[in-house]
Amino acid sequence: MGRASSKEDAGALFHSLRSAYAATPVNLKIIDLYVGFAIFTALIQVVYMAVVGSFPFNSFLSGVLSCVGTTVLAVCLRIQVNRENKEFKDLPPERAFADFVLCNLVLHLVIMNFLG
Amino acid sequence: MAAPETSTAAVPSLYTNNALRNAFGGVLSFFILLLIGVMAFSIRLFSVIKYESVIHEFDPYFNYRVTQFLAKNGIYEFWNWFDDRTWYPLGRVIGGTVYPGLTLTAGTIWWLLNSLNIPLSVETVCVFTAPIFSALASWATFLLTKEVKGTGAGLTAAALLAMVPSYISRSVAGSYDNEAVAIFALIFTFYLYIKTLNTGSLFYATLNSIAYFYMVCSWGGYTFIINLIPMHVLLCIVTGRFSSRLYIAYAPLVVLGTLLAALVPVVGFNAVMTSEHFASFLVFIILHVVAFVYYIKGILSPKMFKVAVTLVVSVGLAVCCAVIAVLIALVASSPTKGWSGRSLSLLDPTYASKYIPIIASVSEHQPPTWPSYFMDINVLAFLVPAGIVACFSPLSDSSSFVVLYIATSVYFSGVMVRLMLVFAPAACITSGIALSQSFDVFTRSIKFQLPGISSNTEVDAAETSSATAEAQNDAVKTEKSEETSKNRPSKKSKKKEKEEKPSTKAKAEKRLIALPLDSSVISLLLLILLGAFYVVHCVWAAAEAYSAPSIVLTSHSHDGLHVFDDFREAYAWLRHNTDVDDKVASWWDYGYQTTAMANRTVIVDNNTWNNTHIATVGTAMSSPEKAAWEIFHSLDVKYVLVVFGGLVGYPSDDINKFLWMVRIGGGVFPHIKEPDYLRDGQYRIDSQATPTMLNCLMYKLSYYRFVETDGKGFDRVRQTEIGKKYFKLTHFEEVFTTHHWMVRIYKLKPPKNRIRGKTKKSKSKTSSASSRAKRSGMGKKNPWH
Repeated sequence: MGRASSKEDAGALFHSLRSAYAATPVNLKIIDLYVGFAIFTALIQVVYMAVVGSFPFNSFLSGVLSCVGTTVLAVCLRIQVNRENKEFKDLPPERAFADFVLCNLVLHLVIMNFLG
Repeated sequence: MAAPETSTAAVPSLYTNNALRNAFGGVLSFFILLLIGVMAFSIRLFSVIKYESVIHEFDPYFNYRVTQFLAKNGIYEFWNWFDDRTWYPLGRVIGGTVYPGLTLTAGTIWWLLNSLNIPLSVETVCVFTAPIFSALASWATFLLTKEVKGTGAGLTAAALLAMVPSYISRSVAGSYDNEAVAIFALIFTFYLYIKTLNTGSLFYATLNSIAYFYMVCSWGGYTFIINLIPMHVLLCIVTGRFSSRLYIAYAPLVVLGTLLAALVPVVGFNAVMTSEHFASFLVFIILHVVAFVYYIKGILSPKMFKVAVTLVVSVGLAVCCAVIAVLIALVASSPTKGWSGRSLSLLDPTYASKYIPIIASVSEHQPPTWPSYFMDINVLAFLVPAGIVACFSPLSDSSSFVVLYIATSVYFSGVMVRLMLVFAPAACITSGIALSQSFDVFTRSIKFQLPGISSNTEVDAAETSSATAEAQNDAVKTEKSEETSKNRPSKKSKKKEKEEKPSTKAKAEKRLIALPLDSSVISLLLLILLGAFYVVHCVWAAAEAYSAPSIVLTSHSHDGLHVFDDFREAYAWLRHNTDVDDKVASWWDYGYQTTAMANRTVIVDNNTWNNTHIATVGTAMSSPEKAAWEIFHSLDVKYVLVVFGGLVGYPSDDINKFLWMVRIGGGVFPHIKEPDYLRDGQYRIDSQATPTMLNCLMYKLSYYRFVETDGKGFDRVRQTEIGKKYFKLTHFEEVFTTHHWMVRIYKLKPPKNRIRGKTKKSKSKTSSASSRAKRSGMGKKNPWH
């Protein structure tokens, strides 16, 4: 594949991705924003550890894993709430959100315990 | 079952008929489960009936002592407990090196009962914890198998697990060890994982993580879970079964599970740093990549997706290789590649015997022999392959998990006999599936061929008539196998029939199969007979083979029952006749029992965490008296305890274990060489034994005054007369020998007050007045070297 055509393809790909994503409903976009925020927080913590050192290792672990944990749980919520997902057709979104809150509660209880 | 309802009602609607049948089935299965729990509890009580309610073996005594401490001092003291009565002078941090699950469970049960004013002692609670949790484990097996194949298979699997001898061997009443609660936690975690996989509910994923936390608290074998589940996820991804339910089942488990595992002090940071957990992280990353790819595929058109793939592959491959190279370099830099010794010995069975003789010397870590499979799972050995085939038709996520579970557990059970215990639930699940499927086919055939029974007879009649051609072929095959079954043992034909059933079922798809009536009835009766053999074997194994407490021995002779209670006699003597701070040295097998029952400080115990310390004791036992006295004196030891079985024929005594002492001691102190103790490669203690052997401390302490028992010194275990019969001990004195000479306790003689001169040094213990004059000429040299 030539350079020019690959560039055009990349541009076309970017456009189609953008347009496809713009079509997703608003509540899913909010969840995606939350996921992005959590990943960004995790990255900041990793950079901080690389600069300062990992001495209270349990604090570092609990901080990073809390971000990763809420990311994962938010993605699970997104999967369950997404109306295009045939498997979760008869799961009311309130139940999905309640499960999400419960799991986050357990996660953060463990985090607070492990934070030291 | 449905006959009374159809005949009595006037115009029964299909709905009430089914609802009634379901209700009846539900109540019946509830009572069956209750009975299974009672059976699981009662079959483990043989040792309590035959002996007494006592804690068995060695490891349970440590757990019992820790539970006593927890019950007396509370949980904060327990977390921070530093034990100075073992591994003298090193001590042991109990809070950080023990798996707390079992202790906390029993402690909670004791506290609960006592707060309800039911005054059970800690010992009673400890003894009966294992049977209670085995009942819970069989209920967990029911739930797990119900998720895989339905209620019938679940009930069969639960009944099989309640009785399987392999599980009974580690969970009799009195065997207060980690596996008692760990197996329940294992099965329950797997059940919650399968339930999450089937329903995709985040609630069950949370429960799964909490159950995994309980498993990590209970047993070091939790690494099996955290490697099996990623393996299964990878299998699902590779076989094209990726779904969002898989993501919900696995991803929260990894994050929450790692955090919860890091909370347990024993595991700590090992949860993120050892190779045993890396598989879960790797599959976590792979799962996210696959999920992302599926998501992009879903929102793009196919042409655009192809473009994306080529772009990502060209750019991402380079990045991936760099990251993997860094990881590999990190892992390869550690000598054991990040694995712990025990896990490495599982992957490479020869590792322990080459590098870590202590792990190799434990009898539970040896590979099992073939007969132990038939002893431990009996009839299930034939049913497991049929169950695996039944799992494949139809193959679902949960049945692929069962197949993977049994494949891996068969491998690990072949490496270490202790892991037969992990294999047992898998065997019960698959056998339960196989048995229940075959029962289904036979009873259905009988039901359709009895006149005028089921309510949908019209539909069935049409289908059976269309299937009669197939049924004829089946009938011919089963008749042939029935005839040969008269000659050959019934089990072989059972397996052949069961393998035919799933294949014909798969061929017939939705059509029902009706076998000839007589062959179904006979097969059903033979299956029930098979189950009867299993039950008889399990009860026999529980009563005869696995109920020995090993701290009390019995033997039957012509004049009745002899009870050998020597161990407790010796520990009681120690408890009542020595000072509280006296140190007792013995081989590490008896450490836990000595601290728990005799309440004295020991040098080494069953935890075997410090190889050098054990090697020191081993060297002392293998050295001549004077050198051994030096070593023990430097460790502040006051009493030495040896176990000797020569008078009564008890084969697990210290003389039989002596070569391991030499090997372990020789591994650290090179002046101990194993060939010095063998004559022509043979280990002997008779007149042909080597002088090193005849002069070592173990020989002297075991056989001191032994010739006085029968005049000839005939050792019943080694079946020879001993080599050196008449000798005196110079540095030790005998203080106690139990009734059957099984435990012998010696005291170290204190060092002499007056120091002899170098020229007049003699081996005799009788001091004379003339030595007093030479004392001043000695200087600073230590005379005991």
